[in-house]
Amino acid sequence: MVAPTDQDLISFVVHEARLIDQHRFEEWLDLFSDDGHYWMPLEWGQTDQRLTTSLMYEDKLLLRIRVERLKGNRTFSQKPKSRCHHVLQVPQIDKRDEAANEYVTWTPMHYVETRLDEQDLYAAWATHTLAMVDGKLKIKLKRVDLVNCDAALRSIQLFM
Amino acid sequence: MGQYQGNAAAVRELVRETEVHRDVYVDQEIFDLEMEHLFANTWIYVGHDSQVPNAGDYFGTSIGKQPVLMVRHTDGEVYVLYNRCPHKGTRITIDTCGNAGKFFRCPYHAWSFKTDGSLLAIPLRKGYEHTGLEGSEAAKGIPRVRHVRNYRGFVFAKMSDAGLGFEDYFGESLSSIDNLVDRSPVGRLEVAGAPLRHMFNCNWKMLVENLTDTCHPMVAHESSAGTAVEVWKQMFPGANTKPPAVEIFAPFISPYEAYEKMGIRVWRNGHGHTGVHHSIHSDYSSVPGYFDKMVAAYGEARAKAILDENRHNTAYFPNFTVKGPIQAIRQFKPIAPNRTLAESWTFRLVDAPDQLLERTVTYSRLINAPTSVVAHDDLEMYERAQEGLLVDANPWVNIQRLYDPTEAGQDTAVVNGTSEWQMRNQFRAWSKFMTMSL
Repeated sequence: MVAPTDQDLISFVVHEARLIDQHRFEEWLDLFSDDGHYWMPLEWGQTDQRLTTSLMYEDKLLLRIRVERLKGNRTFSQKPKSRCHHVLQVPQIDKRDEAANEYVTWTPMHYVETRLDEQDLYAAWATHTLAMVDGKLKIKLKRVDLVNCDAALRSIQLFM
Repeated sequence: MGQYQGNAAAVRELVRETEVHRDVYVDQEIFDLEMEHLFANTWIYVGHDSQVPNAGDYFGTSIGKQPVLMVRHTDGEVYVLYNRCPHKGTRITIDTCGNAGKFFRCPYHAWSFKTDGSLLAIPLRKGYEHTGLEGSEAAKGIPRVRHVRNYRGFVFAKMSDAGLGFEDYFGESLSSIDNLVDRSPVGRLEVAGAPLRHMFNCNWKMLVENLTDTCHPMVAHESSAGTAVEVWKQMFPGANTKPPAVEIFAPFISPYEAYEKMGIRVWRNGHGHTGVHHSIHSDYSSVPGYFDKMVAAYGEARAKAILDENRHNTAYFPNFTVKGPIQAIRQFKPIAPNRTLAESWTFRLVDAPDQLLERTVTYSRLINAPTSVVAHDDLEMYERAQEGLLVDANPWVNIQRLYDPTEAGQDTAVVNGTSEWQMRNQFRAWSKFMTMSL
């Protein structure tokens, strides 16, 4: 198995954000491994997702439910649809473990979600745990730590 | 002066038998009067005593719009203090929770107070000699909320001397808190972690009414719960056992008939609950080892009786709800006529298997988070209503479904699960507690 270069990891993270911004959600879902998860903690420095409440902790089934819902004819909270926009810092490679097939990147970002006249700005850090699966990089875990994870938040309907 | 201040008759006219005037949702003066009267004359949930286990522990929250502190004093009692220094008004604490040690110390001028609020010391005190400080409001210390009751760990407070005593106010509705606490084999709950906090641009009462609105889930949540079931069937064709998330989503799109049969119970003073006979929580898979623990603690008959209760939302008037079978509570905090903060807390049942907390955490995340698709469905409806109510052509909201002309005289009743009796019950209570001191 050919190990990804640092540039492969960086390009992957940047591409992933682009797919969300362009609403290419089917392609985006394909970036997750079958056992992949998307996690958005509720608490600062949260370490547990099973017995501590999170904003999101979703496997592929739950992510696909969201993606299907966004398309739904009777999804009134998406009529009109939300739009979003990522600004990423260059992803930093925190870990390269070729033997264990585990690669971790850390990406500070700003994320804007808008709908109608409302526009909300969020600041967050995305931590991607990636692995090579059948010759392609896949997301094992995307963890999004909001800077204001414990604030009173408006609805977040898309993906950071 | 507006049209409602000091005019109880005008306030009463906003609530008809089967209609409510839109001013209860959109009018700033009515909102201000709610803060002054309704939230003073009723018992408001403050916090859970597991949040302040040790002397000096405090938890900051609000009653209506007023910041308060729930604190454990050295005598073991839980007090509720208004969160302002009696000196210049500075909030004593600004964080959600912490430990004050032996005393609170105002960060502005270092006046200090015992944890029951009484004044302990003032720096350079001689500056107050012969000034008559002892007769001032400041010398009384941090003001205490006058009426506080800790009911099986749930701390409620009433700011005004008007209104009813605790038992009289809640009556039999306390059975829903009893049922939640009894679900722990040792009869104890602990708050598990931070609350989910979701800001809605709508009036707080819309969230309260929605608690017993059983004709919306199959419509408004078709997009979330309906999609969840469909996607699961597509991804796992022929599967019999629903994964936990689908088990939580699926009952939301039960047909009308199911909701009709679930039943609604109403109690006087605006309290009531959905899920008398069964509920959206009835068909969760059992957690290994839990029933045995309950039988060991309570005996089989009592354990079955506790766990056979499947009350969905118990709405405690005015702004608090308990969800016993899922060990969660929610509070709807009024910020402005068109702004409400919903806070959702989860509980650990002490000495029960962790899987119960895991289910609670999953439920809260899927249903009550700012990131929850079910919450997105609901928020959209409330905010559309808040905007639609600006239409002058019809200023009335209809709450007529299954209206019974004799209902106002009944203290309690069990009715068809799609009745809007509980909404009418809430507005009768609203009128009563708004005007009793107006």
